[in-house]
Amino acid sequence: MFRTVKELVEIAETKEIPISEVMILQEMEVKDKTREELFSEMEKNLQVMEQAIDRALQGVESVTGLTGGDAVRVQQYMKEKTPLSGPILLDAVSKAMGTNEVNAAMGIICATPTAGSAGCVPGTLFAVKNQLNPTREQMIRYLFTAGAFGFVVANNAFISGAAGGCQAEIGSAGAMASAAIVEMAGGTPQQSAEAFAITLKNMLGLVCDPVAGLVEVPCVKRNALGSSQAIVSADLALAGVKSRIPADEVIGAMYRIGRQMPSSLRETGEGGLADTPTGRLLKEKIFGASV
Amino acid sequence: MKYNSVFDIIGPVMVGPSSSHTAGAARIGFAARTLFGKQPTWAKIYLYESFAKTYRGHGTDFALAGGLLGFQTDDKRMRNALQIAKEQGLTIEFIEDNSGVEHPNTARLVIGDEKDQLELVGISIGGGKVEIIELNGFRLRLSGNHPAILVMHNDRYGAIASVTKILAKHKINIGHMEVNRKDVGKEALMVIETDQNVNDDILEELKLQDHIIHISKIES
Repeated sequence: MFRTVKELVEIAETKEIPISEVMILQEMEVKDKTREELFSEMEKNLQVMEQAIDRALQGVESVTGLTGGDAVRVQQYMKEKTPLSGPILLDAVSKAMGTNEVNAAMGIICATPTAGSAGCVPGTLFAVKNQLNPTREQMIRYLFTAGAFGFVVANNAFISGAAGGCQAEIGSAGAMASAAIVEMAGGTPQQSAEAFAITLKNMLGLVCDPVAGLVEVPCVKRNALGSSQAIVSADLALAGVKSRIPADEVIGAMYRIGRQMPSSLRETGEGGLADTPTGRLLKEKIFGASV
Repeated sequence: MKYNSVFDIIGPVMVGPSSSHTAGAARIGFAARTLFGKQPTWAKIYLYESFAKTYRGHGTDFALAGGLLGFQTDDKRMRNALQIAKEQGLTIEFIEDNSGVEHPNTARLVIGDEKDQLELVGISIGGGKVEIIELNGFRLRLSGNHPAILVMHNDRYGAIASVTKILAKHKINIGHMEVNRKDVGKEALMVIETDQNVNDDILEELKLQDHIIHISKIES
């Protein structure tokens, strides 16, 4: 069983297989399942992701009215104007946001690795696919690759905002997506690790400060920006840019930073953006002054 | 390793908005129901730290209720679980507790009906994954990664052997096992994680042994 990114990459390089295959082989062994069973289980997750994006692009609104409709707004803008950040990037942003708009509206999503950060992996997948034209199998492999990196983070640090802040959620999700994009684009396992490290480094220290304690503000837009960063990091790695700090050490830094975060910045809705004048006002509007 | 499957990371499929606070909460409720072996008629749920501060916004309350009703994380009835609980005669009280706990997402569930009662502490460790860390006053660590049986028994010689002997006879391999007791000769709890699911016939056979008080199981 691989425990670190270094081990994961080494196995892939030694056996001359992609990261996704390392994850698949490990899962087959640990869970005593066939390849077909794993693919069909992951295919179900992929379908849920696709359905959530479809739903978002028809327009959703959360119960509180705090979020919803931005995915559609961005798609509309892309049709009418030429986005400065490029069509693939903005498409990913829109779909990542959309997934989390559906989540905020208490719709059905697939946690990747969590619900609050569920937008980055599918958002990027359903955007880069328009340029890379993957087969269905490659799309499923994308999820195994993302999962392999998330697996290392979860076992060596944390993936929940309550335990380690938003760096553990959007940080992990964006970094997982970076690694998966690289594999789908034909990069090497080591390049996946570089892209993963570059994204996670830029997310270090990000706190979990949801307004009114709801998975809406700023979560939806952090998924948007997290997915954009995932694509940029993938491009950097594919260009040959390396992270000076290896991926495993970045995960270690993320863990130590999370341990030092006060509880007010770990999903209690007490500090950061939740504790701004507008944040407090929104909370009062939603739950009343007594809460 | 806290997480042992790729589907802990890519998954679960769930009703939003939070994997820790909604899906995890539902799984803690579901574990309590499974270990109780039936639907309770009342529940007192104590919430700590992040669970206590944000449970309304995250739907932790309806998710715990949904779990107690036997709903899976992606059950569309989840959002209405509090109402459904009321209709099915399950009274739930939520209590925000300021006591210090080890994990920020902790819930203590005391559930029961007119005959039985069960107390369980669960933590939601991220991405929808949960652990049961206390059952009826016994400390334990149940991950749900493997099938398990939980055997309440009297602390007497031979009680453990009688259980393991039957498991061996049915070719059930034990992956991890721990035994806790309240005091010498008093009530004790065996937690046995197995590689294979333990079917109901074997459970019945186990229940017939001397000194066994109660058995519940978790399938995986």
